[in-house]
Amino acid sequence: MVLLTHGAVTLPITVPHTLPVTGCVWQEQNRKGEVLFMKKKLLSVLLSVAMVATLLVGCGETTTETTEEAVTEEATEETAEPVEEVAKTTDEVGQVYYLNFKPEAEEAWQAIAAAYTAETGVEVRVVTAASGTYEQTLKSEIAKEDAPTLFQINGPVGYASWSNYCADLSDTQLYSWLLDKSLAITGDDGGVYGIPYVVEGYGIIYNNAIMNKYFALDGAVATSMDEINNFDTLKAVVEDMQDKKDDLGIEGVFASTSLLPGEDWRWQTHLANLPVYYEYKEKGISDTSEFEFLYSDNYKAIFDLYLNNSCTAPALLGNISVNDSMAEFALGKAAMVQNGNWGWGQISGVEGNVVVAEDVKFMPIYTGVEGEENQGLCTGTENFFCINSQVNEADQAASIAFIEWLFSSDAGKAAVTNDLGFIAPFSTFEDDEKPTDPLAQEVIRYMEDTTKTSVSWTFTTFPSQEFKNNFGSALLEYAAGNMSWDEVKDLVVVQWASEKAATAE
Amino acid sequence: MQKAIRKYGAIFVLPTLVAFMIAFVIPFIMGLYLSFCEFTTVTDATFTGLSNYIKAFSGKDFINAMLFTVKFAVVAVVFINLLAFFMALLLTRKMKGTNIFRTVFFMPNLIGGIVLGYIWQSMINAILVQYETTLVADANAGFWGLVILINWQMIGYMMIIYIAGLQNVSTDLLEAARIDGANTIKTLLFVKIPMVMPSITICLFLTVSNCFKLFDQNLALTAGAPSKKTAMLALDIYNSFYNRVGFEGVGQAKAVIFFVIVAVIALTQLTITRRKEVEQ
Repeated sequence: MVLLTHGAVTLPITVPHTLPVTGCVWQEQNRKGEVLFMKKKLLSVLLSVAMVATLLVGCGETTTETTEEAVTEEATEETAEPVEEVAKTTDEVGQVYYLNFKPEAEEAWQAIAAAYTAETGVEVRVVTAASGTYEQTLKSEIAKEDAPTLFQINGPVGYASWSNYCADLSDTQLYSWLLDKSLAITGDDGGVYGIPYVVEGYGIIYNNAIMNKYFALDGAVATSMDEINNFDTLKAVVEDMQDKKDDLGIEGVFASTSLLPGEDWRWQTHLANLPVYYEYKEKGISDTSEFEFLYSDNYKAIFDLYLNNSCTAPALLGNISVNDSMAEFALGKAAMVQNGNWGWGQISGVEGNVVVAEDVKFMPIYTGVEGEENQGLCTGTENFFCINSQVNEADQAASIAFIEWLFSSDAGKAAVTNDLGFIAPFSTFEDDEKPTDPLAQEVIRYMEDTTKTSVSWTFTTFPSQEFKNNFGSALLEYAAGNMSWDEVKDLVVVQWASEKAATAE
Repeated sequence: MQKAIRKYGAIFVLPTLVAFMIAFVIPFIMGLYLSFCEFTTVTDATFTGLSNYIKAFSGKDFINAMLFTVKFAVVAVVFINLLAFFMALLLTRKMKGTNIFRTVFFMPNLIGGIVLGYIWQSMINAILVQYETTLVADANAGFWGLVILINWQMIGYMMIIYIAGLQNVSTDLLEAARIDGANTIKTLLFVKIPMVMPSITICLFLTVSNCFKLFDQNLALTAGAPSKKTAMLALDIYNSFYNRVGFEGVGQAKAVIFFVIVAVIALTQLTITRRKEVEQ
């Protein structure tokens, strides 16, 4: 049934639709067609609205952002830009923009920023770089007009990269509070450009409960932790424990050696610190352009011990990340794991963890060097605060005031000790203002033990990230059986020299 | 209508043109300039001439990455196109459910590269555990893992393009061929493929350029391990830029060289296959 209209005339005619119309034009008015047309239009309008709505969802405002970096072929660009517009205070007051290095401390930093703003009215913005992307994030953020006013470098090598952006801090109160002034990063002109803000230590974390269980077994090689004060005893104990692992209820003595690319920093940086420290000590130097790896056999000894007495077969270690290892320790599958006092958060945070705080203790990393009975933990710092010298004076002053507040006011010190868990190297901290987590307490105990010599952190002088990555790759191939130890040693020596040469220009 | 286009065309094109300039042209020219400089951030560059280019070629990483990328691109392009064409032939028959299959085969293309890399890493490791090795310990496993991954991701997309091309082959030609007594293979080789040449041009171009530029999947699957043996060009450029102090200029120089290589290969391929296209 079709309605044909022509002007004011409308005729209901039952005709096939293929009515030839010439001359006068009959407008076909098909109700069903019009309804369909309306439905189609409605559908297309709804789709367009949905499309626009999804566009706007991405523009949500957030106060905390974690930025990720992606590299294009032409230039580096950030994919996630902080969208929030910070209301700029007047020039006299200045504002602070802090680029945070430790993702695990992000929440604590946001709380600190909020507290400072509430107390003083100065704007503090904290942005955290995703794990392992600090350098990339800093590179892109600092090129912007709204650059970070407070950031960190990792030591002399980082300073070489950022020297144009570091302000001289030798006149600040913060520098005067620094307990050990030799730790600060100084420039050739004698100025102070980086102030360490946290002291950390690492060693072999062990579970005392499992160790006591072992000591109580028949035929145990040692009867208390005090007897384990050199590599030979450690090796004997570990290998015996590995044989008796079923009696002890563990899957391996050591947690798996994480060799997944990007997760191997415990071996190519922390463990490698020891042979470098001893070589520097022997030669009486603090840096070198030619590293001979004289203590490579010691490194091999402890590394083999880690590889062969753990929860995972050596060939499969390329799958393991640091989180996996810490979880193995937390769940009681392993008795020992090499890591630092920052690892406490990981141990206590694992769901279903069976390790009790009182049982978590540190042991030095023994490698078979003479006199290691008096060796303590490896303590030092890789985190130095820098103020951006390229921003205006007010912002620089505001940033210095912020960190001085953090390390001297009661609220700030409480946040540093309890929320951030830092051992701060400043004279403003009393004895009762040190962190209370078990690993930090152990680090302090070792630092204050005058019979033990701490192994200082020499890895801040390693040539480059490239060197560390290549060392880690070589260790992975060694663990998989594709490379001999001599090849690894040669690679380290050659890479050290070439990287030092490449970055010296 | 034509008059309206001539009069207002420029204004309508302006937004897209501006976006293109800001996002592509200006960074590209900046990058070209920066490749001759030494710099820490993009705003503090000092001109140093050709030293970045010399340094780019003096280490063996760049050449190795190039060889690996070429090897990978050749293998991947061949496999993707052959398999995609074969699937397209299968799914243009009159069968029930071809639409469902086409949708399902296209879905892998929707998943982002990084996620794909990590998922495939777990899956391949689960298989390799039986052989007591891991993906990152064996360069061959890394190579074939990447090939499998890119095939899984791209075959669906290319298949859709081939299907569109095959469906556009005029049925008159096919009937004529059948009447002339051509069997399936002859029809395929002498009728379908020449008519589908525009699709082949596009698919080859897309696969070649995607395989050369591959980054996300490479980073997530192996990150170049072991010892950079499975690092492709884009990953090598990324590493040069970030892993050493003072080498940002070298990374930029490598990026310019990379652009030239990919542009030359892609344009060559386009010209050759365009010539083979038959007038519809």
